[in-house]
Amino acid sequence: MKQKLLIVEPSEVIVEGLKAVLESQSRFKILEPEVSAERLEQRIMASRPDVLLVNPTLMHVNVSSLRNEYNLAVVALVYQYVEKDVLKAYDGVVEIRDGRSVIIETLAQASPTSEHRNSGNYELTKRETAVLIQLAQGKTNKEVADALNVSVHTVISHRKNITHKTGIKSVAGLTVYAMLNNLIDESSFL
Amino acid sequence: MKDTKSRLFSSDSRLSDLITAHPSLLSLLTRLGISLGFGDRSIADVCENSGVDTDFFLLICNVYTFNNYVPSTAAILGTDMNGLVPYLEKSHKYYVDKRLPHIERHLDAIAQKLNDRIGKVFISFFKEYKREVVDHFMHEEKEVFPHIGALMMGQRDTSYSISKFLQTHSDIEGKLDDLLNIVFKYLPPQVDDDNVLDVVYDILRLSEDLKKHTFIEEKIMVPLVKHLELANLS
Repeated sequence: MKQKLLIVEPSEVIVEGLKAVLESQSRFKILEPEVSAERLEQRIMASRPDVLLVNPTLMHVNVSSLRNEYNLAVVALVYQYVEKDVLKAYDGVVEIRDGRSVIIETLAQASPTSEHRNSGNYELTKRETAVLIQLAQGKTNKEVADALNVSVHTVISHRKNITHKTGIKSVAGLTVYAMLNNLIDESSFL
Repeated sequence: MKDTKSRLFSSDSRLSDLITAHPSLLSLLTRLGISLGFGDRSIADVCENSGVDTDFFLLICNVYTFNNYVPSTAAILGTDMNGLVPYLEKSHKYYVDKRLPHIERHLDAIAQKLNDRIGKVFISFFKEYKREVVDHFMHEEKEVFPHIGALMMGQRDTSYSISKFLQTHSDIEGKLDDLLNIVFKYLPPQVDDDNVLDVVYDILRLSEDLKKHTFIEEKIMVPLVKHLELANLS
């Protein structure tokens, strides 16, 4: 079944652009967008979206209470300057300059039924494994992003998932993990 | 929770009752300057005999035992804090000289059973962590503690300011949690032996202890020093 995506964004240009970008994908059904967050909760109760794509500069958005109350993922839609700390609360970040595939991947990663959340599957995905291997080689988020051709936000989101699954935060710890699981050998990081 | 010293531990309870109820406090006694063999004497009595301020002793015990107990600034300033720096120094010594080598011995034994190169990386992860902890403590002992000593003697000491401390005070438990996950989740089954179980308990205990240590530095030491810095300026 398709997941329902609700865009909350005041700019008509941005909304129409996003709809056009997401038109050809089959994962999400795009609900009629909201232009403000004022009556957002009533709207959520009425249309039951799985993922919110919200402009974080809008008033009245309490990310964690929305997530907990309605069991949905909240992704930030960023094209203005937004404090880094504000973005931490979100399940993912879509930047307006991201390409189509990155936008869809970010939304899919964040969505509550994607494998890391619901199915009880704590195996790393192929993408996460690829990120882990790069990190274990001592690369920075930016370098990993360049090597894998994704945005830095995507790398950070993968890192969050890796840590969530393994319980290991530090790069040094992840390196030991990668070796124990035969993902890398000595030659690849010395 | 407000400052409820009376509801927590009081000075006329028997020290042995305190320990029976909260055995983990046992490891604090030496660091606080109290030796075992205190019989059935009260906390106040034992403290007095050992030259330890009773209020300070209770403050530390309460912090270690009650997770949401944050002493008020008034309670901190109303307590004789001369024992604080010696206590922190002894704790550093306890972690570096006793706990970490203990864990390291277990890890060495585990590494023996791992394939050579993995064992090396595994051990170097711990060695790097240990070095970070030692550096962390050394910085405090060289910069922060002398500053506190000077302030406590009523001197004005502008060579260091405690505001720097919180900005740079790094987390020393995080990697320990990483290690814990590696040890009990990801080691291959052939190393499944008593060492693994022992080291898991050791790491858990040290991690808890370090969290309280950080708490004491940030919630007791910092407010105290802030107050002294201001008081000595005027």
